[in-house]
Amino acid sequence: MAEPATNETLKRTPLFALNTELGGKMVPFAGYEMPVQFPTGILKEHLHTRAAAGLFDVSHMGQAILHLEGKGGHDDIAAAVETLVPGDIKGLKPGQIRYTLLLNDQGGIRDDLMATRPEAADEAGTLFLVVNAGTKDADFAHIAGALKGRVRVERLEDRALIALQGPKAHEVLERVVPGVGTMLFMTMRKFTWERQVLYVSRSGYTGEDGYEISVPGAIATAFARVLLADANVLPIGLGARDSLRLEAGLCLYGHDIDEATTPVEADLVWAISKRRKLEKGFPGDARILDQLFNGAKRVRVGLKPEGKAPAREGAEIVNADGAVVGRVTSGGFGPSVNGPVAMGYVSPDYAKDGTTLGLKVRTQVLPARVVPMPFVPKRFYKP
Amino acid sequence: MEHHAMTTRYTKDHEWVRIDGNTATVGITPYAAEQLGDVVFVELPSVGKKVTKGGEAAVVESVKAASEVYAPLSGEVVEVNSALEGEPAKVNADPAGNGWFLKLKVTNEAELGELMSETQYNEYLKGL
Repeated sequence: MAEPATNETLKRTPLFALNTELGGKMVPFAGYEMPVQFPTGILKEHLHTRAAAGLFDVSHMGQAILHLEGKGGHDDIAAAVETLVPGDIKGLKPGQIRYTLLLNDQGGIRDDLMATRPEAADEAGTLFLVVNAGTKDADFAHIAGALKGRVRVERLEDRALIALQGPKAHEVLERVVPGVGTMLFMTMRKFTWERQVLYVSRSGYTGEDGYEISVPGAIATAFARVLLADANVLPIGLGARDSLRLEAGLCLYGHDIDEATTPVEADLVWAISKRRKLEKGFPGDARILDQLFNGAKRVRVGLKPEGKAPAREGAEIVNADGAVVGRVTSGGFGPSVNGPVAMGYVSPDYAKDGTTLGLKVRTQVLPARVVPMPFVPKRFYKP
Repeated sequence: MEHHAMTTRYTKDHEWVRIDGNTATVGITPYAAEQLGDVVFVELPSVGKKVTKGGEAAVVESVKAASEVYAPLSGEVVEVNSALEGEPAKVNADPAGNGWFLKLKVTNEAELGELMSETQYNEYLKGL
C-alpha cells in the first residue's frame, strides 16, 4: 500500500490548499489531485453525510455556458442541444435542471451531465452545463464542433464547484445564503455572496437533499470555510462520494456507463423524453428505439451479495450452472446498509428482482440477488 | 499493551508476526491499518490450511478496495480470529492486538531470520 507519488502534471482545484490543510489524503483523479478521504475516514464521512451535512470539493468537474451564435431564445438553443442528447431540453422551465446524456452515433453514452435553463429572462438562449471531470475536454470539444456556427461553448475555468449534501444541508446553506431553503429539487438560482455571483442548484449525487454550488474560484475557500464553520458540516472525500452514489443507485461514468453502453442497457430510459421517442433526432436514435421495442442484450441491475464480502468492479456474474451471464461494474461496501452493494449488467433473462446469481470473487462464487435500486431511500426535497 | 519487541518481527508488506514457541500470531501493522482506512470485511483462511512464506494468507477489505495479507512465515493455520467476522473494525481499533488475523504452526524456523525487527521496521517506515 505505497503512498501515491505527487505528480507535477496533476491539476489542482481552487480548494487544494484547504483540502490539504484539512488533512485530506490527496490522490490523482481525472488529472487532478483530489482528497479521497479526510482524517474522519470514508465510513464516517459517508454516514455523516446521510445524518447531517457533507461538504465536497467537486471543482474538477467541467462547467460551461452554451451561448447562441446570433439572436434567439431558449427554443433555439434547446433545438441545437437536442441534436446531441435524448432529453427534453425544450421543455425546461426557467431555472430547471435536467439530467441528460451526451450520445455518440451508435447510441452509446459519451457522458452524463446536468443541463440547466437559466432563470433570468435576460439570460434566455443560454444553457449551463456541468459534466464529468474525466470527459470534460472531449465533451466541450464535441459540443463546440457539432454545433459550430450555431452555439458557442464558454468554459468556466475559474469557477469552483462545491456540493453540500445531507438532511441538514438546507438549514446550513440557508444561514449563509438566505433563500435557498425554498428552492425546488432540480432547480438553479443565482445568489450574491460577498458581492459575487453563486449559482446554486438543488441537486446532487448522493440520494440526499442538498445543493451544488458554483462559486468563483477566488472566493471558494472563504465560502467553504464559512460552511465548515457550521457544526453540522464535515469535509467529505471522493471515497465516500462513491459509496454514497452507489447506495443511491447512481451511475459512475466510465464504470457503469460508457461509450459502448446505451441508455436502454443502462436502465436510463427515463432520460429519453416521451416526445423524443416519437420525434427522434438524437444520435443513435434508431438503435436506441430498436432496443426499446425489441429489448437490449444486457441490462443494468442492482445486486446484493448475501454475505458480508463485497464484490467489486470486474467480477463475473454467473448463473446456477456456472455460466457467465454478466459483469459487476460498480461494487463495494455500503456503510448505510452495513453490507456489500453492487451494480452490474446481466442478460435480460436474469434481470428480474429476486433472481439469484453468483458473483465470482477471488476463488469463490458469492451468492447474490438482483434487487431494485436505490439501496437506501432517496430523500430529495419535496415541499 | 505488552511489549513484544524481542519476539515480534515484521515484513515489508506491513504484516507483524509474534512468536511464542512454535506458534506465530499474524496481523497487520498500525501503518497498514491506517493506509487501508476503515476495514469492512476480512476473509480468513480455513484452519488447517497450509501457507508458504509470502503467499496469500488472508484478504482485508476496506470500503474502497481489497488487499492481500501475506504469510510472513510458512506453516499451517491453527486458529483464526473469528471475532473479525462480526467486527472487522477491530483491525483499525487494535491492529497489533485484538485485530490479529490468524495463528500459524511454524514449519521453518530459519525463515524468522529473514524478517525485520521492530527497529528495522520503523526505519523502513521512515523511508517510505
